[in-house]
Amino acid sequence: MNGPSPELFDRRLLLFTGKGGVGKSTTAAAAALLASNIGKRVLLVEVDAKGDVPAQFEHGPVGFTPKEIHPGILAMAMDTEASLQEYLKLNLRVPVIGRLGPLAHVLDFVATAAPGVKEILTIGKIAWEVRESIEGRADFDLVVVDASATGHIVAQLGASDAIRDLVDVGPLRSQTQWVSELLADPSITAVNVVTTPEEMPVAETIELVANIRREVKVPLGSVIVNRVLPELFTQTDEETFEALRAPAPSQLLTARVGAGATEVLDAARLAVSMRRTRAAHLEYLQRSVDLPLLYIPYLFVRAHGLRVTRMVADALGAELGL
Amino acid sequence: MSPARAKPEPPTTLEQLLAAKEIAVFCGSGGVGKTSVAAATALGATVRLGGKVLVLTIDPARRLATALGLEGLGNRAHRVEPGILKAAGIEPRGELWAAMLDTKQSWDDLVLRHAPDEETAYRILENRLYTNLTARFVQSHDYIAMERLFDIHATGEYDLIVVDTPPTRNAIDFLDAPARMADFFGGRLLRWITLPYRVGGRRGTRVLNVASRPFYQVADRILGSQFLQDIAEFFLNFQSMYEGFVTRARAVERLLHDKRTTFAVVTTLEAAPLHEAERFCSALVARDFHLGALVLNKTLPDYLRDAAGASAAGSCIDDAGPLADALADTGEPALADRARTARVLRTVGESYRNFSVVAMREAELRAELARVPDVVARVPSFSSDISDVEGLEAIGRYLFTGARA
Repeated sequence: MNGPSPELFDRRLLLFTGKGGVGKSTTAAAAALLASNIGKRVLLVEVDAKGDVPAQFEHGPVGFTPKEIHPGILAMAMDTEASLQEYLKLNLRVPVIGRLGPLAHVLDFVATAAPGVKEILTIGKIAWEVRESIEGRADFDLVVVDASATGHIVAQLGASDAIRDLVDVGPLRSQTQWVSELLADPSITAVNVVTTPEEMPVAETIELVANIRREVKVPLGSVIVNRVLPELFTQTDEETFEALRAPAPSQLLTARVGAGATEVLDAARLAVSMRRTRAAHLEYLQRSVDLPLLYIPYLFVRAHGLRVTRMVADALGAELGL
Repeated sequence: MSPARAKPEPPTTLEQLLAAKEIAVFCGSGGVGKTSVAAATALGATVRLGGKVLVLTIDPARRLATALGLEGLGNRAHRVEPGILKAAGIEPRGELWAAMLDTKQSWDDLVLRHAPDEETAYRILENRLYTNLTARFVQSHDYIAMERLFDIHATGEYDLIVVDTPPTRNAIDFLDAPARMADFFGGRLLRWITLPYRVGGRRGTRVLNVASRPFYQVADRILGSQFLQDIAEFFLNFQSMYEGFVTRARAVERLLHDKRTTFAVVTTLEAAPLHEAERFCSALVARDFHLGALVLNKTLPDYLRDAAGASAAGSCIDDAGPLADALADTGEPALADRARTARVLRTVGESYRNFSVVAMREAELRAELARVPDVVARVPSFSSDISDVEGLEAIGRYLFTGARA
């Protein structure tokens, strides 16, 4: 238990979810980069189109049509309206797309109002791309998804099941069956939860893992713990550190290295106690979740963008033994 | 950080700002500590301004909910036991109240209030689409939070209501929710979708006109006609509440624009939440809402950007050996092992440098904030989690007194 799972990248669909602010987009981008480093071609899908994902590769926003944003990595932004049009064209051979005009708005309205329609258009499009790839009709081997945050992911993953509960007959019903099957296949799909060792993200991760297991049949891959602070001291080293703060040593230090000595010691104390609080959350996570945990260290860097994506990809690769 | 302003007019502290307001709405992207900051603000206002203060929270961390005695309360507001505050060494001038938002319950209340008769109300509540719809359509979470706020404000029971906003995909969504709600029920699209069923009778066959026929041909093929009829029937029932809903949504919108309402944006100094916060500030101003305060949460201490600290850290690393020798001579038993002391000194120096890099980046990001409201508060990164009343009061000290983080 809790060991790394190198076979993660043998699957065809990797979804990344997590609470807002934990670094979900960076992690998804890093996973795509890592996959491309080991020779795979990747389709990277951004579900909540904010342009955060292509930004991880120093690239501007992308559209619904996949575009190469980095060698070996194609990216697209989900657009449910475009997805609906594509669905109509491919599955129903509805000829009116070009002249849909105001009807497009009506369809969008239905998609907004009817439960699960937006979700099925999102997950359906993703599943369709995965199937194209498996059947050799696409120029990528792996689909990596920067999926919705914790609050929406279960509805999205379960959309194909939910819609069949509501719709008694019709093509929508029959055409969601294969989506459910593809998502439920552990040799194809894995949902990964990104978190940080903090109270709320850990609580949401535990809750989400339980919800996914209970409500949908989509296999879980790993939990990725982002921003893990380094352990500064061993126990004996910490005793030495505490001794430095005693009056005589700290006066000596100030005399030798300047008035900043206190600040340096205070900063180390802050680092130690932050690490300690986070370690407690981490232990709780380890105890509560029966999944491989992958750790990404806190990055003390000025940069963001491709530089950070590379660093996270390297950390992820090291964890997976790749 | 914005300098203290010379002119007396705009408030410069949260205390001054809230003294003149009845509603403070806290917004920001997920994970920035919005809930804790909102709760700390309510507690701080109770302590400093007095009166009856309510914090309306959406999804607090379990330990915080426990600390406030909020567990299992649903929609009901309740007073935080004065004993809990006293035990934490807090002597409030006023009363602190807390309530959570139960989305489903709030929607049910709304339907019961606005349905023309009981039969319609129950037909809606029992509709199999209803649960699904209330959870999803037109950002119903966002709307219901604002609706609930209106409801509570209308009771006139509180001097100040502090609102923690729901996590949304897009933090701006809830600002537009009341207007969108009104548009939705007044919209042509809704009329169009329900028209064939209205003409054909509630449960009869639908009558298609020329305009709507192509739509139904497509929609039937996707959704199946039975499902479509379920949707239409549901909306037909819902439309009977149109008047009440729209009037209400407009009133909610007016309240948010009222002089007595202010907005506070909470963010951490990381690139993504900060961009979101900037978009949020611009959106508030563009929509003519009152942008009252900006809270920079979980910031690192200023001493990490100190030149003296950097120089001392450098010496600890470069002169670790000689320093360890000198320290061994102090006679401290734990400093007798020179190699170990040298290692610890290097670690301490490296750690300072590491955190210093992050603090510098924070300062740079802070300086980039384009639109800064009059009140800016900084709350430091606490070494442990905020999960009790003492913790909230600690945040409150930074929020209210402008204590340097």
